[in-house]
Amino acid sequence: MAKPKIATAWLAGCAGCHMSFLDIDEAIIEVAKLVEITASPITDFKEFPAVDVGIVEGAVNTTDNVEVVHKLRHACKILMAWGDCACFGGIPTMRNMFDKNELLRRAFVETESTAKGRIPSSDELPRLLDQCKPVHNVVKVDCFVPGCPPSAKAIHYALVELLNGRIPVLPAEMMKFD
Amino acid sequence: MTKKIVIEPITRIEGHGKVTIELDNDGNVADTRFNVVEFRGVEKFCEGRLFWEMPLITARVCGICPVSHHLAAAKAGDAILGVELPPAAKRLRELLHMAQYVQSHSLHFFHLASPDLLLGMDADPAKRNVIGLIAEKPEIAVKGVMLRKFGQELIEALGGKKVHPNAAIPGGMNKALSHAERDRFLGQADRVIADIGVALDIAKDYFAHHGREAATFAVFPSCYMGLVGQSGNLELYDGTLRVRDSKGFILEDNVDPSDYLSIIEETVEDWSYLKFPYYKKWGYPAGTYRVGPLGRLNVADRIATPLADKEFRAFKKLGNDGIVEGSLYYHYARLIEALYAAERLKALLEDELTCSTEINVNSSTFNEEGIGVIEAPRGTLIHHYWVDRNGTVRKANLIVATGHNNGAINRAVHEVAKEYIKGTKIAEGMLNRVEAAIRCYDPCLSCSTHALGQMPLRIEVVSPSGEVLDCSQTRP
Ligand code: SF4
Repeated sequence: MAKPKIATAWLAGCAGCHMSFLDIDEAIIEVAKLVEITASPITDFKEFPAVDVGIVEGAVNTTDNVEVVHKLRHACKILMAWGDCACFGGIPTMRNMFDKNELLRRAFVETESTAKGRIPSSDELPRLLDQCKPVHNVVKVDCFVPGCPPSAKAIHYALVELLNGRIPVLPAEMMKFD
Repeated sequence: MTKKIVIEPITRIEGHGKVTIELDNDGNVADTRFNVVEFRGVEKFCEGRLFWEMPLITARVCGICPVSHHLAAAKAGDAILGVELPPAAKRLRELLHMAQYVQSHSLHFFHLASPDLLLGMDADPAKRNVIGLIAEKPEIAVKGVMLRKFGQELIEALGGKKVHPNAAIPGGMNKALSHAERDRFLGQADRVIADIGVALDIAKDYFAHHGREAATFAVFPSCYMGLVGQSGNLELYDGTLRVRDSKGFILEDNVDPSDYLSIIEETVEDWSYLKFPYYKKWGYPAGTYRVGPLGRLNVADRIATPLADKEFRAFKKLGNDGIVEGSLYYHYARLIEALYAAERLKALLEDELTCSTEINVNSSTFNEEGIGVIEAPRGTLIHHYWVDRNGTVRKANLIVATGHNNGAINRAVHEVAKEYIKGTKIAEGMLNRVEAAIRCYDPCLSCSTHALGQMPLRIEVVSPSGEVLDCSQTRP
């Protein structure tokens, strides 16, 4: 039997969830035997390969993020959200307290170190959404692994459950919101 | 009429990036742009929060070096409180920081760079990653995994969690280190130092055989900036800012980090969400400088620990005891710093004061402003907050390591593009080289990708009418 395939994507997050995955340490050797990690964090988005499990870290913050998360959803059978940003919005959604133009103005015009600032507007750049959102507000998510980041244990547990054909339900001690 | 080439996506994190290359009518590279396409607005959304919360909020800027943001924010908080930390708190913070250096620099070298060096730049991309390395050179891969584990476990012991620890608070630390914990890590310190030595040998061997490539790959002059200690020694936690020019001449020295605005200014390019800092007196782009391992070793005169200092001296020979310019040397410099971090960490663990329980101080003053500066693994990190009388953040300014290097990354990509794109054809090796150029500077844009798989790149040469003339892409 071919090994199950996994792809992971990274939206507006800090990479901490992916780092927590690396914190399974030696167990990564076992995981590598069980699954095929297709190009990750993030494969070539233009050609997301068909995979069994899609994993997403980070909130949906820009037009790019929307596109990527839709592509991942189409490419995978099961979509798993890693971390508070993907599950609930997390720290990136703190920006929703402000108008997006205020955010851009502070960063690119008003900051004390900035000289002759302006807001970047080239069409080479994606646009900020009006609100930053958790992933399930944009596409269907099949399972959630919360935490900021989820512990390596929780990530490992969820993966192994999925590989055994079960939608993971985290035991209480791994359920963490922070 | 120009043609446009887009390399996308590079990867993710605080800077999701892509590269745009414009060709002129003769097919020569006219312009290149490294576009950072993610923006989160931290400077604004911190307004209204209490400065006590900043070490936890800003850590979420980066999951690869969260400890740096955590500590820079705590240092800014110390300045707001106007306090001097007790010796144990300083030691614990530096220890936390050194643990992060060991994990982050090991991750960057073993998980990211060593597959290139050990399996070859032209190895099958499907295997050119840490999992391929595990299959081919398990002894080395496991060393990398274990080094990272050591650093992460020490961070966990000090701050409760491996990623996003909760340890530093304005005024000190919130937990002491027990003797039992101290002994557990001290017992491993010599192994850690030895394992980093193995990595250094691998790197030195590589550079001994690829000297020509290292001396010509993305080499360009720039200024350099970093913190140094009192005798001009490499300093990662606390020190004063120094700037050198491309010839090694010291432009600024002993600059109190809280005066950063007197030497640094930033500008904006319309095509990137990441600003471009520069040396203020020289303007932009003349004042473009580099930070991070190469920047720090170029500004420092010496290293305070014996093994790393010996390596530092050998390293300086590459630039005839002056400036070392090649971007690839970042990898070499990074390991020398990892060695310093491991030696320093051992010294801190041996210091009885590190286990003292006097770990924080109180204060009833709130200064209006606080600035915290630290050397993150990728370079100088600046946090600047203004608070009101209740300690609520009124304004915040952050300059992150990747920001300082933004100009240099653009320049490195430009150099590589000029060499590898002729006419409408993309020369073999272009993808790897662009990737390699960016990877020298910024693990965040590439390392985690590389940790698990091939960095995904796709390059298209598109005619002005939108026709795809040539396309090249890495296999997923
Ligand atoms: S949940 Fe936390 S660790 Fe994960 S991406 Fe978000 S901020 Fe980073």
